[in-house]
Amino acid sequence: MQDQDALFQFLLRMGDNTLVLGHRVSEWCGVSPVLEEDIALANTALDMIGQTQFWLGLAGEVEGKGRTADDLAFLRDVWDFRNVLLVELPNGDFGQTLMRQFLFDAWASIMLGHLMTSTDKRVADIAEKASKEVAYHVERSAGTVVGLGDGTPESHAKMQAALDLLYPYVGELFESDDVDAAMVSAGIAPDPASLRDAYDALIERVLTEATLTVPASKFTHKGGRTGYMHTEHLGHMLTQMQWLQRAYPGATW
Amino acid sequence: MTTPSTDTIWGWLDQVPDPEIPVISLVDLGIIRDVEWVKTDAGDALKITVTPTYSGCPATRIINQDIETALRERGIKRLSLHQQLSPAWTTDWLSEKGAAKLEKFGIAPPSPKGQPDRCPNCGGHDLEKTSQFGSTPCKALWRCKSCLEPFDYFKCI
Repeated sequence: MQDQDALFQFLLRMGDNTLVLGHRVSEWCGVSPVLEEDIALANTALDMIGQTQFWLGLAGEVEGKGRTADDLAFLRDVWDFRNVLLVELPNGDFGQTLMRQFLFDAWASIMLGHLMTSTDKRVADIAEKASKEVAYHVERSAGTVVGLGDGTPESHAKMQAALDLLYPYVGELFESDDVDAAMVSAGIAPDPASLRDAYDALIERVLTEATLTVPASKFTHKGGRTGYMHTEHLGHMLTQMQWLQRAYPGATW
Repeated sequence: MTTPSTDTIWGWLDQVPDPEIPVISLVDLGIIRDVEWVKTDAGDALKITVTPTYSGCPATRIINQDIETALRERGIKRLSLHQQLSPAWTTDWLSEKGAAKLEKFGIAPPSPKGQPDRCPNCGGHDLEKTSQFGSTPCKALWRCKSCLEPFDYFKCI
């Protein structure tokens, strides 16, 4: 694999994670349980879409075919997306959305910390910017997971159910392949598998405080970050997210 | 026209209000990172380096437009805007003048403690957080338990 191809794939993985999760979280806009949470979710989504512009903007630059961040976001179909399956799952209830956010934020905070020392200055600069926002996101999502997990019997049951549903998607964040090997040898990004211990320690601390039980099995659904196979949900999401550019090609305002 | 000095340009930019929080200027906000004249074949060109507050802040585009409009109105013809991500923007770059204006306007300025020092309305210290996010990416919602007024807090990052 050519280095530039591997870097392009790596950047798509970073950008597609924040794009798909950013869109999912934005689906709460206007329908959240309370106004403060609505605003918080919209702001979190906005940060992730902003980070997407940096990651996919750089991906287009590295690819060198003149594609912009918008082109990559709106003019690719399901099989070209490289996000992990975790972020494309439907929102479920509020607790499930916040549990997914926590499981993702915890990974992002650790990953971005490593990327800040990337040998590629463009990657390091984006990581430096994004990590400040993610530090704030994880503080909030962890706090909400604890509040709901260690809340009423009903909220506790919902959060445990959310964890049981989502945990089998976590392992994909730590899968490694030849793209990752190329990033490691170029000093651009860490081996995802090497982040697992720090991640387990972080989520264990928060989930214990939330009185929740981490499922024992490390089985993981996967296929999103390699593009091997997405869930049925991503295509449905894209019909909403990409509708305008597909119905009215080149539309601007 | 004679080429205005970079100090003059900084002065002009200090009169361009932040589109979301118009009581402070773009210079107060600390997002203008550099102003310099660069030599080009067509003559001297002004290069302004800007850093975003938050990655997804919708005001970023408007801010660039406002900078361009303000400088063109003053006769600057050759102008380019550059985005710089590193070092990442921090509320430490907010000017003292800006912090004072924020508080007078009713927004508690950022504090290294990670929470507002006092209520911007009554000066009370018995405060509680209502939400970690507010009406713009850079603010959080707080409430004063003395005067019972809600207020915005400019988040410290």
